[in-house]
Amino acid sequence: MNAPDTRPGLLHSAMRHPAFVIGLVLSLTFIAAALVSFAWTPFDPEKLTISAKLQSPTITNWFGTDHFGRDIFSMLMVGARVSIAVAFVAVGIGIAVGVPLGLYAAANRGSVTDEIVMRGNDLIFAFPSLLLAILITAVFGPGAVNAIIAIGIFNIPVFARLARGSALALWTREFVLAARVAGKGKARISFEHILPNLTNLLIVQGTIQFSLAVLAEAALAYVGLGAQPPLPSWGRMLADSQTLFSIAPHLALFPGLAIVLTVLGLNLLGDGLRDLFDPRLRKTRS
Amino acid sequence: MTLYLLRRLLSLSLTLVAASLVVFLVTEIIPGDPASFMMGMNADPSAVAALRNEMGLDQPFFWRYFDWVWGLLQGDFGRSYTYKVPVAELVSARVMVSLPLTIYALVLSTAIAFPAGVIAASRRNSPADIAVIGVTQLGVAIPNFWFAMLLVLAFAINLHWFSAGGFPGWDAGFFTAMKALTLPAFALALPQASILTRVMRSSLLDTLDEDFVRTARAKGLSRSQALWRHALRNALIPVLTIVGLQFSFLLAGGIIIENVFYLPGLGRLVFQAISQRDLIVVRSVIILLVFAVVAVTFLVDIAYAIADPRLRRHRR
Repeated sequence: MNAPDTRPGLLHSAMRHPAFVIGLVLSLTFIAAALVSFAWTPFDPEKLTISAKLQSPTITNWFGTDHFGRDIFSMLMVGARVSIAVAFVAVGIGIAVGVPLGLYAAANRGSVTDEIVMRGNDLIFAFPSLLLAILITAVFGPGAVNAIIAIGIFNIPVFARLARGSALALWTREFVLAARVAGKGKARISFEHILPNLTNLLIVQGTIQFSLAVLAEAALAYVGLGAQPPLPSWGRMLADSQTLFSIAPHLALFPGLAIVLTVLGLNLLGDGLRDLFDPRLRKTRS
Repeated sequence: MTLYLLRRLLSLSLTLVAASLVVFLVTEIIPGDPASFMMGMNADPSAVAALRNEMGLDQPFFWRYFDWVWGLLQGDFGRSYTYKVPVAELVSARVMVSLPLTIYALVLSTAIAFPAGVIAASRRNSPADIAVIGVTQLGVAIPNFWFAMLLVLAFAINLHWFSAGGFPGWDAGFFTAMKALTLPAFALALPQASILTRVMRSSLLDTLDEDFVRTARAKGLSRSQALWRHALRNALIPVLTIVGLQFSFLLAGGIIIENVFYLPGLGRLVFQAISQRDLIVVRSVIILLVFAVVAVTFLVDIAYAIADPRLRRHRR
């Protein structure tokens, strides 16, 4: 006879979910690299050592050096910081603005404000996100802050739609009715009863948007509209490698792999969280 | 049906009006004086004044906006400040690269995703299904510009099958031109094909669980007959939505891919215009791309109504 299972349910099933575990490990590696880079990197990522330029991976320079002799591994660690910061704040903007908008629209369904919020969302969706980012950086100039704003704006309608759609379903539930009978106002119900029920969905969507933001930041940096030198950034490392990668492929290989593994990790984490929070969603969503 | 389409048309026109206002506002108001912004810090004041006059900046805001929109409607996008030629001329040459590239990538994406999605869904949990899920998971995580670089490394630098970049122009012959667009189109199509495959697979799996498929099976159809005759058409609605959305992603994604392959398309034009502070070109290209996206959204709506008669009545 087996001993009774005393492990907590969610953690137990989480550890048996391969996608979740792989995603968690990859995401934590990436976050750890960023955090450690504040205290330690193998080399100074901004130090130019022209005599040691374009070296292939060695024992000392694990991922080799770039055309200025900078250590690629160290640059990737600091680049992770930029990616995390940009993606984190951009998704934060999306949640902080989008969720209240969506909740408000749902609480006042069919009203003029609801219509304005939804049409505003349509408008942002009509702009391909990259175009919007390009427009913003064209006018305000390139840089990490403007990249954050550009990616953040595109995240607003994503969360507004999600919050509105799910909140509309919740508004018909008995516990909301009970709260209304108890005399609570729309705003109080939205924050005390609706919002807590959206947390899981928001965490899952937040993870997915985080990975999209990492990709978007890399794309903007690649075309020169992201974080500016000397701050290392994965996208710009790829752009810098473009003229050299026929003679030094490692220049393009490692930053690209860093992006892919990070995004893959976040996506797997998001998928895993979704399955764990709500097994019913497992099949219907792609 | 007509009412439904009219409503959609109205709503999309409103989106266009709002979009044009936003683009105009952002490029006209925020940098302060666009003329001095475009000419830089050390510009000669009389040159700035001349440009202000040329851009009509001495006119009231709404007058300038209507003037701009009226011009757009007549195909007049204004004159490029750096190239000194009509923007329409610049744009029309570039569209002949960007649009074929987008369509090529869309065709590739659909041609890959369709069979892959059907195979995965019809053999659920088989090794083929698992392989499709794994590859698409990787496909959505790869930045397309990096994939483009890998393609160049493999097929241009090592194998010499394609050139690493550049575009010979359509005068060089259809196949030569298409060959130059092949690597860029694959690079663009990969992430979109991955997304589309997953949508196709999950939509088909959902449909295969529906009652009408069970009825078809009970009537004696084999699983694959039920899939091809009944499930596929019904599974196409969400797939169509994504194909429509993909057009805008591909069009915008092309902006970056064009830079990897040095293709003389709209993307290169936008970035050159940004670095030269040529706001007239930037805003014209952007509004043109937004228009293309909105137009495609409308076409998708029409396709919906054709694919699913129920939507003609029920959709708002």
